[in-house]
Amino acid sequence: MFTELSSILNATPDRFTQGEFILVSDRQSDASFLIHHFLSFYLRAHYSAISQRLGVSLTQAREKSQLIFLEGLKESLSILIPQTPQQEVKLCTSSEILLLAYRGCMSMSSDGGGEEGVEEWGPPVLLVDDVSVLLSLGVSAGAVLDFSHYCRATVCSQLQGNIVTLVRCHGEEAEDDGSDGGSEWLLKGLAHQCSLTLHVQGLPTGYCRDIHGQVEVCWRRRRGDGQHTQKKLFQYKVHNKGASFFAPGTSSAVL
Amino acid sequence: MAAPVSSVGKPSAERPPFSSTSFQKKTRSKLISIPGTRPSVQNGQLLVSTGVTSLDYLLGGGLAVGTVLLIEEDRFDSYSRMILKYFLAEGVVCRHELFVASAQDNPDDILQELPAPILDDVAIHKPVEQPRLSCEPQDNLDAMKIAWRYQNLPKVQSALASSSRFGHYYDVSKTMEPEIRQAAKCHRFYLPEHPTQSSTTHSRMIESYSALLKSLQEVIHREGFDLSTPMSMSRNILRVGLHSLGSALWNDDLSCHDDPMHSHALTTFLYGLRALLRSSLSVAVVTVPSHLIQDQALMGNITRLCDNAIALESFKGSERETNPLYKDYHGLLHVRQVPHLNCLASQLPDHKDLAFKLKRKQFSIEVCCQRLHLLCATLSRRRSSANLCLLLSAIG
Repeated sequence: MFTELSSILNATPDRFTQGEFILVSDRQSDASFLIHHFLSFYLRAHYSAISQRLGVSLTQAREKSQLIFLEGLKESLSILIPQTPQQEVKLCTSSEILLLAYRGCMSMSSDGGGEEGVEEWGPPVLLVDDVSVLLSLGVSAGAVLDFSHYCRATVCSQLQGNIVTLVRCHGEEAEDDGSDGGSEWLLKGLAHQCSLTLHVQGLPTGYCRDIHGQVEVCWRRRRGDGQHTQKKLFQYKVHNKGASFFAPGTSSAVL
Repeated sequence: MAAPVSSVGKPSAERPPFSSTSFQKKTRSKLISIPGTRPSVQNGQLLVSTGVTSLDYLLGGGLAVGTVLLIEEDRFDSYSRMILKYFLAEGVVCRHELFVASAQDNPDDILQELPAPILDDVAIHKPVEQPRLSCEPQDNLDAMKIAWRYQNLPKVQSALASSSRFGHYYDVSKTMEPEIRQAAKCHRFYLPEHPTQSSTTHSRMIESYSALLKSLQEVIHREGFDLSTPMSMSRNILRVGLHSLGSALWNDDLSCHDDPMHSHALTTFLYGLRALLRSSLSVAVVTVPSHLIQDQALMGNITRLCDNAIALESFKGSERETNPLYKDYHGLLHVRQVPHLNCLASQLPDHKDLAFKLKRKQFSIEVCCQRLHLLCATLSRRRSSANLCLLLSAIG
């Protein structure tokens, strides 16, 4: 958990808003370090070795059924290389794959809490690392939007939990995709569904060793008269123990 | 790693104890030593050499086992092919197994062109002959005149000594001796030898890529590179070299059309390749003719699905060939992506202007001092040292 980011977001592991849909996106940069923040934030304590340095044990959390990993990479191999002809016939359209994934997520969230000896955890949190890989696999952006909508309806509204999703884009923002299935389109669609966006980008001036990029944090709050958006811009540097966030121009390398 | 992992974590109601640490020291006894590998100093990953020592340095010490290196080919596929051959030659010298796949040239032809290693102590395996003992006279050698006491000692050192080195040098003017090459086990995949069956169902990948993935999975499983096989067997590394994926010869229209029909075939294949590599003791080098692919977003997706990515841009045939500033180099090298495995920060190289030169005994990658020369030339006219300092710090 990055303490500076937690203070920027006004959230502590004891007190955070529930029912939130957080979108993390990046453009020509790598925002996966933010996923580690949210993972350790929600647990308080790819992911195991880094979380140890952040003070959280993933294996312990897994043993206590606090954390359930759905590794798409491992399961995918049986789908991509069908062993029997029957399996190939079952190989489905993209929406069916997402339906399977959705059902998997929901069954995980409904387990636990009914057996003896299992601790009662709070509302569920769904962390999706890299929804853009689904686009590379041929799933249409519309299907991914449907998937996130259904997850949000179940996790955020019904179970009062939180969702954190990572989307990765490539290229300049002004580029118009034209076609229906680009990651830019998906990013815009998801940005409308979420309540908090963290957009990671490289510096507009180019590569720098001491400042790895900038993060734009955007809150979308619903007030009585409509949407109220608040934006803040920070620069960040990632190191082995965490990440530090500072206002633009106040990096320790410059001051 | 950008694998799609969705995890459901439920925050606990009570505060977890902070005093207990979950740090566990890795016991040395559990690590098996495989020849030709070494652990990384940064994150403890098992590394292999790419065959080019300067490229190893750029990638953070070497190529991590279980990862993919993507090489964006230069225009005539000369230097990318050279790096692929270095990679395979390093595998032969370290006694790893090889898997070579190509649609254009027969893998046997690629294997015959491997550069000769520069080592006087490479063990030449001759399983039919008896090992030479020091008491046997070696009549066919010239008698040593000065160091005659050493004449009867065996010429080759023990195999363990040569494979304990990490990274070797190669002489590109000579090809590897057939005896050394045949000692290594090579698996081949030549696309014209695999007739494509027409599949009636709509498959995500085109047949050539599925056949390749299936063949690779079979080799991994059969030869015991799977991590799930019992640890008692002696382990080895499988080096996978895939030549020119995405070109039209693989029946892929990525490089032919602006709006390809199989736009997800290569990305799906790379995803499956990563799944295979992560669960086995193998490492892959893939070359892609990126100069033919017009869609930058697609190239970005391809890059992100691989762990390491570099791009080569050769000066051959361009106006830079005659540019005196670039006369020392053969081309530019761009590092597109470096992985951060098991750690938060990635080891990006300090300098972004890298150029390479293929010398006879070394493929060297250096910081291109061209911009510095330009600046010095302009500033010497102005004779202002303060400007020089400011501009030098701006380069980084």
